[in-house]
Amino acid sequence: MSAPARSGMSAHARRLVRDALRACALACYALTTAACTGSQSILNPAGPNAGNVSRLWWLMFYVCAAVFLLVIAFLAAALARTRRRTNKLTDAPDTEPDAGRERRMRGVVTGAVVVTVIILFVFLVASFTTSRSLYALSDPNNLRIKVNGQQWWWQVEYENDVASQTFKTANEIHIPVGQTVTLRLTSSDVIHSFWVPNLGGKRDLIPGHETTLWLKADKAGTYRGQCAEYCGLQHAHMAFVVVAEPVEQFNAWMEAQRRPAAPPANAEQQRGQQVFLASPCVMCHTIRGTDAGASVAPDLTHLASRQTIAAGMLPNTRGHLGGWVSNSQELKPGNRMPPIPLAPEDLQALLSYLESLK
Amino acid sequence: MMIAAVCGVVSALCLVAACKREERGLRVDPPSSARVNSKTLSELRPGNVQPISAPNEFEQNAFAMNEGKRLYEWYNCVGCHAHGGGGIGPPLMDAKWIYGGAPEQIFATIVEGRPNGMPSFRGKIPDYQVWQLAAYVRSMSGQVSKDASPSRDDDMNVKKPEQSTEQQEPRGTGGVPKSAERPQ
Ligand code: HEC
Ligand code: HEC
Ligand SMILES: [Cu+2]
Repeated sequence: MSAPARSGMSAHARRLVRDALRACALACYALTTAACTGSQSILNPAGPNAGNVSRLWWLMFYVCAAVFLLVIAFLAAALARTRRRTNKLTDAPDTEPDAGRERRMRGVVTGAVVVTVIILFVFLVASFTTSRSLYALSDPNNLRIKVNGQQWWWQVEYENDVASQTFKTANEIHIPVGQTVTLRLTSSDVIHSFWVPNLGGKRDLIPGHETTLWLKADKAGTYRGQCAEYCGLQHAHMAFVVVAEPVEQFNAWMEAQRRPAAPPANAEQQRGQQVFLASPCVMCHTIRGTDAGASVAPDLTHLASRQTIAAGMLPNTRGHLGGWVSNSQELKPGNRMPPIPLAPEDLQALLSYLESLK
Repeated sequence: MMIAAVCGVVSALCLVAACKREERGLRVDPPSSARVNSKTLSELRPGNVQPISAPNEFEQNAFAMNEGKRLYEWYNCVGCHAHGGGGIGPPLMDAKWIYGGAPEQIFATIVEGRPNGMPSFRGKIPDYQVWQLAAYVRSMSGQVSKDASPSRDDDMNVKKPEQSTEQQEPRGTGGVPKSAERPQ
């Protein structure tokens, strides 16, 4: 092979290596920054509970990293030492242990045990105080939200002592920034678990038993939550969003949610409403202000005000809604909404109506 | 050789049977989710007429009947029929049928409604779900294969739970057991 060809090859190889290294660096960067910033990350706490948990996490991370490095250092030292000593090996059995070496060894082992116990004890105390701090938020007189987990979506009910002020929504929880909210958690089928890594959790939702979780957001933002207990086929697609917003904005949102659905504004929406009411939809869904009042599926009264459909799975757009209504089993196989074939004009009218449910 | 062949056939049969029980279609094919108003059921008449029996495939399928059981609550059949014992509507766990107990007759009852207070669900329940409901309704009176029908209940047990043993009649003449007669 001629020289220029060979150098050409190696330049190509070098380029390949360089590109691979660059890609690795980029991937590492992306991974670490995603882990530390995202809207679903325990490393990016937005409230006191998640803050305490992440402090505990960092403590454990640093201590364990230090222990790991120390162990590796000792291992390396040991390897280096044996290599030096191999020269002195003889065939004679070593029956008389070297007293000095025995003493040193005992010292090292005792020291390691003591350090281990101290570290574990520090972890014990730290995790105990963290657990306690998670209950420090409890306050009986705050905003109460009842969350009912179902395969595979979340029913959210804002409670109020005045019955007419309570309302239901789904898969989207709004909370005021800087206030503690009490979440009462239950399930109507199997065990689910409520987890918003940036704010708090996890807490299990257990059928026939109520659990409580307190949440507080210090920073406004949208955080993603996820069911954290395997609950069947579509467990991975059982997500939700928590929107933390300033108090005035939150109150405005709550006022809007309390209102019944807006009546159809034009002929097409009118037709869409008729399609909805004449379809199986009414057997499962509620639209407050109409005859649809079943409560086994998400409340659609203010569907268009939500960011996602199908429990955080799809952005709430007309296209996704259309796909969902005509055959949700293609999008989320096994979910509990049947495919409902509609004539194209009926479907379009229905979508216009659904989009008007602001 | 003969034995091997027999074993093969038997296990193949078992497999086929087992498959029906466990089959679970996630993607419902569109025609079967069509709404029930497309059906003409006019040849069916109230009363215990001899059924023109077409078997309901769901009656061999555990998943489908469990879906039927869930829908029975979701669509509030429970409100009128309770969990089979009846209330406003007649009991469904007994052997008596006003309008017939064949799969298509129950299908018809659900779709068309019946004059004395059974509402019509025409257009409100997709076809395949009505068949799931019909299969579950028949399972309440023990008319479907026991190995596929739902057998655990949170409510009053309509049928014997699957682990239950026959109730034992106390044996002997009663009184003091033999072991306790001996002087201590
Ligand atoms: C058998 C009950 C049932 C029927 C009938 C039904 N749905 Fe649903 N629907 C559900 C369930 C359950 C979900 C939640 C699915 C999930 O996310 O896993 C749902 C979800 C939805 C959603 C998304 C809501 C959200 O916020 O995520 C929309 C929109 C919707 N249905 C519209 C309709 C329309 C329109 C019809 C009639 C054409 C209809 N549904 C008929 C049970 C039903
Ligand atoms: C509003 C109350 C009500 C609801 C809801 C209701 N039923 Fe009925 N059902 C009745 C009444 C009343 C009858 C008796 C009708 C008659 O005698 O004409 C009946 C009759 C029946 C029968 C016929 C029984 C026989 O002996 O032939 C079946 C089967 C049945 N219902 C199943 C269902 C199913 C399945 C559902 C749920 C999808 C349901 N029903 C929902 C009230 C109700
Ligand atoms: Cu889950």
